[in-house]
Amino acid sequence: MTPLRPTAVARAADTGTRGRSAARRSLRRHWQLYVMLAVPLLWFVVFKYVPMVNAVIAFKQYNVVDGIWGSDWVGLANFQRFFDNPVFGRIVSNTFILSVYAVLAGFPVPIVLALAINEVRLRFFARTVQLVTYAPFFISTVIIVSMTILVLSPRIGLLSDVFGFFGADQPNVLGDPNAFRHVYVWTDVWQTAGYSAVIYLAALAGIDPTLYEAARVDGANRLQKIIAVDLPGIAPTAVIILILGVGNVMSLGFEKAFLLQNPLNLSQSEVIATYTYKVGLINADFSLASAIGLFNSAINLVLLVTVNRVARRVTGSGLW
Amino acid sequence: MVGVYVLLVTALVVVLVPLLYILASSLSSPAAVSAGRVFLWPVDFSLRGYQVALSNSAIVTGFLNSLFYTVVGAAISVTLTIMIAYPLSIPDLWGRKAITKFVVFTMLFAGGIIPTYLVVQALGLLDTRGALLLPQAIGVWQVIIAVAFLRSSIPDELHEAAQLDGASDLRILFTVVLPLAKPLIAVIALMYGIAQWNSYFDALLYLRDPDLAPLQIVLRNILILNTSGGSTDAAAMMERQQLANLLKYSLIVIATVPLLLVYPFVARYFTKGILVGAVKG
Repeated sequence: MTPLRPTAVARAADTGTRGRSAARRSLRRHWQLYVMLAVPLLWFVVFKYVPMVNAVIAFKQYNVVDGIWGSDWVGLANFQRFFDNPVFGRIVSNTFILSVYAVLAGFPVPIVLALAINEVRLRFFARTVQLVTYAPFFISTVIIVSMTILVLSPRIGLLSDVFGFFGADQPNVLGDPNAFRHVYVWTDVWQTAGYSAVIYLAALAGIDPTLYEAARVDGANRLQKIIAVDLPGIAPTAVIILILGVGNVMSLGFEKAFLLQNPLNLSQSEVIATYTYKVGLINADFSLASAIGLFNSAINLVLLVTVNRVARRVTGSGLW
Repeated sequence: MVGVYVLLVTALVVVLVPLLYILASSLSSPAAVSAGRVFLWPVDFSLRGYQVALSNSAIVTGFLNSLFYTVVGAAISVTLTIMIAYPLSIPDLWGRKAITKFVVFTMLFAGGIIPTYLVVQALGLLDTRGALLLPQAIGVWQVIIAVAFLRSSIPDELHEAAQLDGASDLRILFTVVLPLAKPLIAVIALMYGIAQWNSYFDALLYLRDPDLAPLQIVLRNILILNTSGGSTDAAAMMERQQLANLLKYSLIVIATVPLLLVYPFVARYFTKGILVGAVKG
């Protein structure tokens, strides 16, 4: 509490009056900032928080004439309708399996890629690999899916050339419901591995050089160095990425599943998001669609909180 | 060490082969493409696909619309993001923590498609360009990146010095902070721009008017739903079918090249931006 730091004195003072006077001082000094903040905060209220309130239509029998607040309350009837629907089990398990598969397959690939790039001493080669593998991240989902369709299409696609080379007939991958998950997940890995690797490369670059020095003195070879220094160095980053992945398990991208869907693979490609879209905007059953959306958001939240807690306990790092 | 090179060369091949296949097909003759004769090099070199694509009015309209959504959308998004990130980067701003929680919470929980649709509808934005510019204008991730950048690259002393000189917060923002934040602005403008250029879900939800449709919607109709005008003449139909096949490859190149051209120039900034977000977020 030196006289040079008046704020420290103020901070040590009684918290009750401090809070109020600090608020007043901050408002006076930074009124321009509060005015500035008001605009984006209004945006958050309108486009994020009002929809959360609107979600009450999940508990109502929404009709356009009476609006959200005029429509009748029906309790959990919309949720009941969803749970009783024969598609319920299928779309929930489709969403779950597809997402878990995507997280598990997508997790190790960028780590391996980053470790390999980090080992290369030829700067030019490392740069090239990075630049090229990163590029697919910029391609839109529509294009990724149509490329997939073109590459996998029987007879004229790239894959048929490969099969033809070995003198075999190519199976119709796009029409096979059991192939849908693999196509979805591996095109996803193809698109994002290079991008995710960049994050790990940054973590690797941040490792204390003295650790490598110590490993060298101890006579560690490359592999031992990776296991003893590199992997522990990127572990906190990996944990955060894994948590974010698991937290998004149920909010699986609508776009890609919707675009890859065809009548033949629907039994595995119908996920919660695509079903919600069909119920809500094609059948115009707003209440049922909102109930499904709310169910989905709630599971997401629970998953995220749980995984974060587990990660904190096991590894000591988490999102919060 | 050899293993590392084998692995990386494999990665290069896996990423490059499909891209080269599409490029080679787009530069081949309609007949060669339909017969499946193209692999990684153009067969009977031809620019027919590009000709057809660029003479299609829906594609040109979509391209121009996407350009508009990308530029205007990125400008709106960057402005709003700075408007929230700059105040949140000031350490002695009262209520900073509460506001941050208010913003970050929207990452954890969302109202859903339909409740958001009802808001857009109530605001009269359905079937207007605003529907693609406003509902997605701010990304929480971009706000986090911006706050982290502003806090780490602009020293507190600078604020204090400017304040002692009697400069207001707005003055500090315009004369000190923004000139220093050029890399940040480049990164988030690019992130928002790419998201706009590539998005189609919002257009699918909110737009009916084909004159407002962004390129991705046009692409989906042609590439995935296979919509093309009907013709009864058998020979003409066969040619149309061949052209339709070729058109797909050319369209993919046309829609992707603008971003791939920009990317090497901004990649370094972009990487830096993700890193700030990943490390401090």
